[in-house]
Amino acid sequence: MTKIHIPTPLRQYTGKQAAVEVKASNIGEALSGLVTSHPDLRRHLYTDEGKLRAFVNVYLNDEDVRYLQKEATSVSDGDNISIVPSIAGGR
Amino acid sequence: MATAIDVKPETVTLNNDEILRYSRHLIMPEVGMEGQLKLKAAKVLCVGAGGLGSPLALYLGAAGVGTLGIVDFDVVDFTNLQRQIIHTTADVGRKKLDSAAEKIKAINPFVNIRKIDTRLSSENALELFKEFDIIADGTDNFPTRYLTNDACVLSGKPNVYASIFRFEGQASVFATKDGPCYRCLYPEPPPPGLVPSCAEGGVLGILPGLLGVIQATEVIKLILKTGDPLIGRLLLVDALGMKFRELKLRKNPDCPVCGKNPTIKELIDYNEFCGIRGEEMPVETTNADISVEELKRRLDAGDDLFVLDVREPHEYQICNINGHLIPLGDLPKRVNELDPNKEIVAHCRSGARSAKAADFLRNAGFHNVHNLAGGILAWADRIDPKMAKY
Ligand SMILES: [Zn+2]
Repeated sequence: MTKIHIPTPLRQYTGKQAAVEVKASNIGEALSGLVTSHPDLRRHLYTDEGKLRAFVNVYLNDEDVRYLQKEATSVSDGDNISIVPSIAGGR
Repeated sequence: MATAIDVKPETVTLNNDEILRYSRHLIMPEVGMEGQLKLKAAKVLCVGAGGLGSPLALYLGAAGVGTLGIVDFDVVDFTNLQRQIIHTTADVGRKKLDSAAEKIKAINPFVNIRKIDTRLSSENALELFKEFDIIADGTDNFPTRYLTNDACVLSGKPNVYASIFRFEGQASVFATKDGPCYRCLYPEPPPPGLVPSCAEGGVLGILPGLLGVIQATEVIKLILKTGDPLIGRLLLVDALGMKFRELKLRKNPDCPVCGKNPTIKELIDYNEFCGIRGEEMPVETTNADISVEELKRRLDAGDDLFVLDVREPHEYQICNINGHLIPLGDLPKRVNELDPNKEIVAHCRSGARSAKAADFLRNAGFHNVHNLAGGILAWADRIDPKMAKY
């Protein structure tokens, strides 16, 4: 199983869970598994055309998947996937 | 270390009062007299004197940063005091700049404080940044974040960055000579409304303290040229789990501002870029809006109105006007609880979320939907002064 860390702003769409475990062989499968089990999350991660949104960064362990094989990046048991959206708060 | 910062310690000296004040720095080898003189020669600009800016400016002032610029145009209000520790209850109603400058001066009269009473904009940012060595971004909205980043890249100043949401924060050092910038990490902002602001989402009071102190630490390290700065690293802070994680950031060769073939060579219209009028701006009123006075009159007259409250349950607990509660996010799946033939008045805290709810309902075939202008805050101000405000 691979753990996907859910950032605070998106936890309202995962039943308040901070992490979701999925079974997947690559990043794309892991994320589609995530939005299948939590459908409200889909529009926050994907555009209407089904592409990952530009302001949502996905990391495999500490590497940005854009610099690996993107959604084709393979994952194995025990890996950590993090979704890191931009936040702007400061006041 | 590849940073553009170049302070001139030979231009300043410390008097005996300053030597005594900074003695705990002077006796440690990582600072010493040379480091303390670098701090005194340094010019740091804090963008914002709010949650992040409070601890940031207090610590930089105490540490002996010689010139501290603060850009802010805001006034202290009661909801700031839970986290903006540079301001006190007695400061409510004062300019944040005056309040902040007074506190820093009280801690360290040797700091030269430059109060810059303006909103940072594409017109003034480059001119302003020129006069400083390091920029610390403590703002609260996407347009100013992108503006600060681009102006840092274009003027060659490091951007010491932190941002916060509820109980999570991010920190990094952007726009150093060989390091990535904010746009390398996030080429585009999220569409408006998808990521809630602190005013909508809330923020744990200590969190800006935690992140602002991390920013101050990074500023000091850049000035002293010591340690490993957060260049090329994004620090993620989760205060609830008390977990600190770190992600690798890379300079994106295709970055529109710091890449090999940049397309952004001057500052742009950042509100337009972010697709918003600004997160905290009041929503424009339209004919479909209803005023709190009108709502009160019609409720008193016994009109058959359905009041729909689209806030969150924990907000409903603070104050309510007996509306039917369906949080905005749940509206699509709970829309069947509503009768399309009824006249509906949607409200939230200040009118922004209920405007979205009203739009959604009209698109879903509801013909008689109003948005309560100014939300429950307007109701508390003008109809029921005993009601709690938040
Ligand atoms: Zn860049």
